Amino acid sequence: MRHVISALVQNQPGVLAQVAGMFAARGFNIDSLVVGRTENPDLSRMTIVAVGDDRVLEQVRKQLAKVIPVVKVRDFSGLSYVERDLMLVKIGAPAEKRPELAQLVELFRGSVVDVARATMTVQLSGTEDKLEAFIDLVRPYGIVELARTGTIAMQRGQQKHTREKNDSDE
Amino acid sequence: MPRKTPGKNTQKPKASAAKPAARGKRTLSLAHCSGAEVFHRMLQDEGVEVMFGYPGGVLLPIFDEIYQSPIRFILTRHEQGAAHMADGYARSTGRVGVCLATSGPGATNLVTGLATANMDSIPLVAITGQVRTSLIGNDAFQEADVSGLTRPITKHNFLVKDVKDLARVLREAFHIARTGRPGPVVVDIPVDVTVNRLDGEPSLAMNLPGYKPLLTGHMPQIRAAAEAINASQRPVLYVGGGVILANACDALRRIVAKGRLPVTTTLLAMGAVDESDALSLQMLGMHGTVAANRAVQNCDCLVAIGARFDDRVTGKVATFAPHAKVIHVDVDPASIAKNVPVDIPVVGDAADILGKLLPLIRTVDRSPWLAQVAEWKKKFPLRYAAQGKIKPQEMIAAIGAATDHNAIISTGVGQHQMWTAQFYGWRRPRQIITSGGLGTMGFGVPAAIGAKIGNPKSTVIDIDGDGSFSMTMVEIITAVHNDVGAKFVVLDNEYLGMVRQWQELFYGKRYSHVVHRCPDLAAVARGFGAQAATVSERTEIAGAIDEMLACDGPFVLHAKVDPEENVFPMVPAGKSLDEMELGELGTLA
Ligand SMILES: Cc1ncc(C[n+]2csc(CCOP(=O)(O)OP(=O)(O)O)c2C)c(N)n1
Ligand SMILES: [Mg+2]
Repeated sequence: MRHVISALVQNQPGVLAQVAGMFAARGFNIDSLVVGRTENPDLSRMTIVAVGDDRVLEQVRKQLAKVIPVVKVRDFSGLSYVERDLMLVKIGAPAEKRPELAQLVELFRGSVVDVARATMTVQLSGTEDKLEAFIDLVRPYGIVELARTGTIAMQRGQQKHTREKNDSDE
Repeated sequence: MPRKTPGKNTQKPKASAAKPAARGKRTLSLAHCSGAEVFHRMLQDEGVEVMFGYPGGVLLPIFDEIYQSPIRFILTRHEQGAAHMADGYARSTGRVGVCLATSGPGATNLVTGLATANMDSIPLVAITGQVRTSLIGNDAFQEADVSGLTRPITKHNFLVKDVKDLARVLREAFHIARTGRPGPVVVDIPVDVTVNRLDGEPSLAMNLPGYKPLLTGHMPQIRAAAEAINASQRPVLYVGGGVILANACDALRRIVAKGRLPVTTTLLAMGAVDESDALSLQMLGMHGTVAANRAVQNCDCLVAIGARFDDRVTGKVATFAPHAKVIHVDVDPASIAKNVPVDIPVVGDAADILGKLLPLIRTVDRSPWLAQVAEWKKKFPLRYAAQGKIKPQEMIAAIGAATDHNAIISTGVGQHQMWTAQFYGWRRPRQIITSGGLGTMGFGVPAAIGAKIGNPKSTVIDIDGDGSFSMTMVEIITAVHNDVGAKFVVLDNEYLGMVRQWQELFYGKRYSHVVHRCPDLAAVARGFGAQAATVSERTEIAGAIDEMLACDGPFVLHAKVDPEENVFPMVPAGKSLDEMELGELGTLA
């Protein structure tokens, strides 16, 4: 089962290495690990997507919580939450293909952020599934380059560990 | 006596601090101190009475500061020795062990000692010097990424980049090392941080929002555990090193007595219960007793306390304790259900939890189970045949008898370690000082020295193998120079015996590179300045042990023992605990 785990960590050197090293040393496989700032300058948030059976994931959670600069760990499985992955994808797009591509981008609520003679770069955010679906659809045009941020997530509702507004996009 | 070089414009606490102050009790003033002074005062404030270490370029400011310190300093022969000494000191006293090493090679030499302490959850604070902050990352002379090197083998580590953080970090380091599931903590200090001065008072408030070890057990879980134990017909307690670390042995013993509960311990928990107690089944696992392993395999309720279901204990996990409801008490939530599914987890400090469990445990009549366990004990005792050459087991039994089973015993790793666990006759906690988790050969000599320094009135004996002893015997010089009267008994079987045993049993007796010949160890020891004796005949054993125990200083007893003796019972690696082999001892029936 796929788990999205969020960890609030003290903002200090070495935390990323410590967490990444722990995953490697314990043989846990992770799909993505994202680190970024939060509303609190002393804390960063790591969002980890991992696939495994419940026992392995329980160990992941506990081992993560054991890392001393990790302040809080939350596994979103079973909770109501929003997740977003952001993607930039450069697609082969000669002039005649641009209208239909633009339509597709519109349909996925993405945006075209760069157009060149032979390519078009699209920005798209959403769940991993949505991004996968888009990639699938544009693959026939030729994907020149693709970059994704990895997933970040947040529980819905009045959780006080964030000040940001709830995304009601989906 | 050399005098302190003048020229420092600071006043330092001198004789007033000779006795370690109660931690945090004194009002500590650090204003305008250099980093080295902060280091020295914080150590005194933590109540540190001894450090084990080795100097080097980047440590010069710290060494200048601890010149004539009230804290005893033990100069070792190798930094690995310093780490193991601090470890032996910590295991035997329950206090935090402190070791000190310079940057680069000094720090890398600590690595084995840190990993050893980490695997066995031993509280250490290791201070390493580091190149100055402006050079970090430059491949400077004697630079090593100590944080990176030690991260996976410590509980935590710190690199201090500013003198104003030093006092707080040292406080955090001691706190992390000794609380929760204890462990080693590294504080890496660049040389410029030790030289720089504070402008004012630094903050000592710890900043560890993510570190809140859960100490008090959850009462509903404790009640559930008590009910399961009371309802069981065939309970057994499986006790690990966590019980020793938590100083929970009193409560444990009362629970055992009140509930009439058979109890087996891991290697690290020998002595948690008195082995002469009828309810003690001694050690379990790969070289455990038949009674212990059978009790585990047949029990209906397994109560694991401060133990972590190591593969040397469980054998094949899938068939471990197949009929048991499993209760697991541990301070580390990550230990619970890591290897074996647990029915009733109880997270917290073992002393707290066992204290709360005691009044809930009922005395239940389980005569059939106790009779069964007693029969296993009687039918399959640990034994050996004292014929021919001196048997290593009889040396250990003789040492046990001569010391009234009351000495502190360290070991190396190998057959002698297992025999020591089996035959010494453990009576009390903190008696066994052995590397269980990492299995570090060479641990015995320095660990005994550290333990003796922490327990000057106790008899401390390293029962070692010829291979293990050879790795760190140089530290006997440290014992001689510091008047540390630890004893060292080398059970010389002229082999890396444990490896030879596996080659005998599983590789058709192809003894590949395990012949291990020692020089005349008594002569070597005398050359080091220790006293020594050699025994090769049964009739010499008692006299030599008496001579060793009568000697005040360090003493090496070189015992030439039967080279091909094997450790039994044995559960071959990966096999179920039901598949014990008794070897020469006979067969299971
Ligand atoms: C540092 C280290 N290297 C290698 C090993 C692997 N090993 C385990 S036991 C053993 C042999 C130990 O020989 P000795 O100390 O003579 O003890 P004996 O088994 O003969 O009693 C070896 C090589 C180890 N545990 N530690
Ligand atoms: Mg040997």
